[in-house]
Amino acid sequence: MDPHTNNISDDNQKQRVWYGSIAFMAIVILWEGIARFSGWSAHIFPDPVTVVTSLFELAMNGTLIRHTAASLFRVTAGFYLAILFGIPLGILLGRMRSIRWLLNPVIQFLRPISPLAWIPLAMLWFGIGDRPAIFLIFLSSFFPLVVSTIIAVENINPSYFQVAANFNFSRRETLAKLILPAIMPEVITALRLTITIAWLVVVAAEMIAVQSGLGYLILDARNALRMDYVMDGMIVIGLIGLLLDYLMKRLGAIESTQWGIGPH
Amino acid sequence: MGHIQIENLTKVFMNRRNKPRNIYDPEEHPGDNVLVLKDINLEFAEGEMVCILGPSGCGKSTMLRIIAGFDEPTYGHVSVGGKMVAGPSADSIFVFQNSGLFPWMTVSQNVGLGLRHMDDAAAKAEKIQEYIEMVELEEFEAYYPHQLSGGMQRRVELARALAVNPDMLIMDEPFSGLDFLTHMKMREEVVNMHEYLQKTTLMVTHDIDDALIMGDRVVVMSGRPSSIKLEHKLDFPRPRDFERDADLSRLRSEIFLMLGVPYAV
Repeated sequence: MDPHTNNISDDNQKQRVWYGSIAFMAIVILWEGIARFSGWSAHIFPDPVTVVTSLFELAMNGTLIRHTAASLFRVTAGFYLAILFGIPLGILLGRMRSIRWLLNPVIQFLRPISPLAWIPLAMLWFGIGDRPAIFLIFLSSFFPLVVSTIIAVENINPSYFQVAANFNFSRRETLAKLILPAIMPEVITALRLTITIAWLVVVAAEMIAVQSGLGYLILDARNALRMDYVMDGMIVIGLIGLLLDYLMKRLGAIESTQWGIGPH
Repeated sequence: MGHIQIENLTKVFMNRRNKPRNIYDPEEHPGDNVLVLKDINLEFAEGEMVCILGPSGCGKSTMLRIIAGFDEPTYGHVSVGGKMVAGPSADSIFVFQNSGLFPWMTVSQNVGLGLRHMDDAAAKAEKIQEYIEMVELEEFEAYYPHQLSGGMQRRVELARALAVNPDMLIMDEPFSGLDFLTHMKMREEVVNMHEYLQKTTLMVTHDIDDALIMGDRVVVMSGRPSSIKLEHKLDFPRPRDFERDADLSRLRSEIFLMLGVPYAV
């Protein structure tokens, strides 16, 4: 696709993956060392083999898949809702100064309130189950998306709007052919940061309001004093976080190589 | 259609605080407000290529923006083809100082920007092709602007402007930021294109040589508040060469003097 792609960057890529794996291996060795020589019991600090074995156990009996699916469903639902409302609102506020002046103070006020602070209200309003968790994820993603979209819209080169006026763009065309493609790279970066936050929040939300999900798995394992299950949960959360970030990065790479911003 | 009449054009950039309610007389309110253009009267014939020179910040670009409909006069009016300019339109296409190409569109999508409403897809593709060929960018249709050199980007922008068949082209320092050789080549290409298409063309430049070599007429503006210092018809034969044409060379040194910059160092 991009004529500038070459083998050097491929080699760099391989080298980077290799270096990254070294760090992971070092952590496993350190972990094993602590488990073996610290004198802590396996109940408090399980060693890697125990954890991996229990991970397989949870994977085989379906527990892991069920909880992972529950968490991913909540994140996806909350995240999509945030996109659905946040990006259009961001575009509107980015383009209309008066509405921005009206709503921006409220948004800036609500934004720093941790989604976790909403837990009591979310439970009261939405009860127990998926809905309060989805609401919390929505909150965690909505404000960052609105703010990033506003900034992206404001950053559009003003001459593009003059070009659009010059070529008699309708409002709809200005939106579809100018604003949306122009903000896309910044919005994708925002989505990448936001999905990470959403993924952080879902675990916390599941520790309180629901009976399923990776957050619940960890809480339940703690109550049963199964630290190996706790670590299993953490490992899966980390892996999925990595995967989500990778997917968003891929999305961003497609976009940015197209019009030459960012690395290529 | 491309006949332009500028009458008593005055532009004041006003400080918000003393924005007038009705009529505003810049003479009576000095200070915060900036008088940019003062009583400009100009007329451009259809098909004429006029180059506008002036010190930087003198309001040349503001005048172009008003002619293109991006900005409004404080006083006076501008009419194109007998009609008052009411806002931007595809009749007069503005070519931006820094590329106004959409970076998310390929060369052919950019060139096709003004042809969006053509129903016949084949005719549209053919027309896009025709203008891409005119600026000699065949093979680059699928490239994005960032993959092209500065000179190629300017050519795409020219093709995009010409593809809508406007009455008038308005160019604001179209060669700024190009290297010397590309600049020379673009100069030739724009002149050829103008001879071929005969579009009314206004070009603001800070390059005296560009103005004298390219234009049918040169307009020199003074510093702020800007007024017309000199209007001169350029009927020198082509190819124009300062070394062979003593009259052209003399005019150049006159303009240097007029702009208050040393001609020979």
